[in-house]
Amino acid sequence: MNARSALRIFTGTKTLENQLDEFLDLLSESSILYRAGLTYYLDNGGRDNESFQHKLKQVDRMESRADQLRRSIEQSLYEQSLIPDLRADMLSLLEDLDFLINVFEENLYAYSVETPVFPKALHPLMKQLTEQVALSVESLVMAARSFLRDVGAVRDHLHKVLLYEHEADQLALALKTQIFASDMGLDQKTHLRHFVDKVERVSNEAEDVADWLAIYTIKRAA
Amino acid sequence: MEIGILIFLSSGLFLGWSLGANDAANIFGTAVGSRMVRFGTAALICSVFVILGATVSGAGAAHTLGELGSVDAIAGAFMAALAAALTVFVMTKLGLPVSTSQGIVGAIIGWNLFTGHATDLSALTKILGTWVGAPILGAIFGALLYLLTKWMLSLTKLHLLRLDAYTRWGLLLAGAFGAYALGANNIANVMGVFVPSSPFTSFSLGDLLTMSSVQQLFLLGAIAIAVGVFTYSRKVMMTVGDGIMALTPVAAWVVVVAQSLVLFLFASAGLKSFLEGVGLPSLPLVPVSSSQAVVGAVIGIGLLQGGRAIRWSLLGRISAGWVATPVMAAGICFISLFFLQNVFDQQVYQSAEYRLTPALIERVAADDAGAAGLAELSGETFDSERALIKALAARTGLSYQQRFDIARLARLEQPGGDTTGRLTRTGGSAPCQERLAAAAPTAYRNAP
Repeated sequence: MNARSALRIFTGTKTLENQLDEFLDLLSESSILYRAGLTYYLDNGGRDNESFQHKLKQVDRMESRADQLRRSIEQSLYEQSLIPDLRADMLSLLEDLDFLINVFEENLYAYSVETPVFPKALHPLMKQLTEQVALSVESLVMAARSFLRDVGAVRDHLHKVLLYEHEADQLALALKTQIFASDMGLDQKTHLRHFVDKVERVSNEAEDVADWLAIYTIKRAA
Repeated sequence: MEIGILIFLSSGLFLGWSLGANDAANIFGTAVGSRMVRFGTAALICSVFVILGATVSGAGAAHTLGELGSVDAIAGAFMAALAAALTVFVMTKLGLPVSTSQGIVGAIIGWNLFTGHATDLSALTKILGTWVGAPILGAIFGALLYLLTKWMLSLTKLHLLRLDAYTRWGLLLAGAFGAYALGANNIANVMGVFVPSSPFTSFSLGDLLTMSSVQQLFLLGAIAIAVGVFTYSRKVMMTVGDGIMALTPVAAWVVVVAQSLVLFLFASAGLKSFLEGVGLPSLPLVPVSSSQAVVGAVIGIGLLQGGRAIRWSLLGRISAGWVATPVMAAGICFISLFFLQNVFDQQVYQSAEYRLTPALIERVAADDAGAAGLAELSGETFDSERALIKALAARTGLSYQQRFDIARLARLEQPGGDTTGRLTRTGGSAPCQERLAAAAPTAYRNAP
């Protein structure tokens, strides 16, 4: 580090902090919009549902912005040789979190294109599943924020991610059991199972990221 | 300046280069090794502050080294520095981080053995004590500072990136402080043996700057250290960075600060007189090993974390190096002095005679039963300190330290001359004179 780059680090740190905060805000907001979008979808269908399409577009824009931010943050971390001991962990974390936004966007597009038809009886369970999935991601965002600012609080949020993921597993299992116990055709059963898995996948991914984050936290706290 | 003197000084410059390559690398080793600070920046800051420390505050620790053995001929000083430098160089090649402190102390003892000079046991004990004390103090400072830093960080909840920026600045500032302390403390290792035979004369630039001959000598040594830093310390820095255990940047900062504090405590005359002034115990001004301080600090942090991350086998090798270095330097110096004197016909020490004058005997013996046999030695001339000390041991009940002090004061300025009991003469180092001046007539009462 020479004197000029040291000064640049001081002035650039705030910008980078803001970028990281914005990135995490986007993930948190996209999980809320994902939940809202699926609720609109279940209540009113997908293709001609203006509210659902609006949420889809919002998540789509957020995904693009998150990609931009991730690239910019990664570039800054490398160019300025910041946090050398945790840089690799930080980059992995950013990639993993960005992947969650991608999954949100991908799922909403899949609903929009394939328009799976869930029987009304399954709606409460589907909404609960979506809620648990969104909560797991929001807890993960809280854990990631703590990793940056208050490493002692990371575990407080990580255990919630695991709890919500477990709840989502139970709900997904209950949903699939009900789907295959119904008198729908096999094609529709398979189609709905596929969409239940898609929704549940988000919490599974969140759990994987949480496991890695727990390890990064041990390193950061050392 | 004669070219011959420059040639003799070259061994000191070689030793300075070794110090720059090894000891100075300890200062920024963890910062560069953890890739928080670039090598070029570290080398620049290290060089500037080593030079400042050496020229501004370098005299304190040199004094103690002078007590250990006053190498009084430039050829002898050349060989002592060369023996120390060669030992450090060999140890570095073997991958053992040793310090010039250990090398030069061993070399001076080798010179003492060869020339018949006695070794001041109180100064030697002081130095050996710091070789045990410095790593322990480093470990204590390291552990306490680490705990304090972690506690402060948990309170402030700094953003990871902000902490990173602060740590970089912290490493630079602590490194500058460490380099200053290293220059002040360790320049004695490099140029201390040349002080009695310094070829420079004082000069002034108006009222702006006055440089004594010793300061010029130290400046030259510090420049050699800076060259060592730039040319050879990179590899050592990278090794020190994660050799004993992998360090986080914050832990790296703690290590640099802890090490710098240890060096500073053993180098600052101002701090010493302040502590003594307020009635607190002070540490002796002794050139300590930066390697020992840094290893101690790393161990302190490692033990705080349970000790699992520490590579104990490497630590064992390092400790063996610390023991082997002074022994090896003493051996090389002793053998090389023999060749330098007998093959190359160089004067490696000022020959002198030692005689107990009636005034000196009267002053020491006045109030001391142990000194009863002193009168028997009156007027007898000895050709070395050791011979006189041996004779004193046979005929008096004085302790080694008392015999050593008397021997230093019994040195005649010129062979065949007479001291007439004066206390200010070339042979007696200042502390030795102070001890005797303060002693008469009561200090020898408790002699064994």
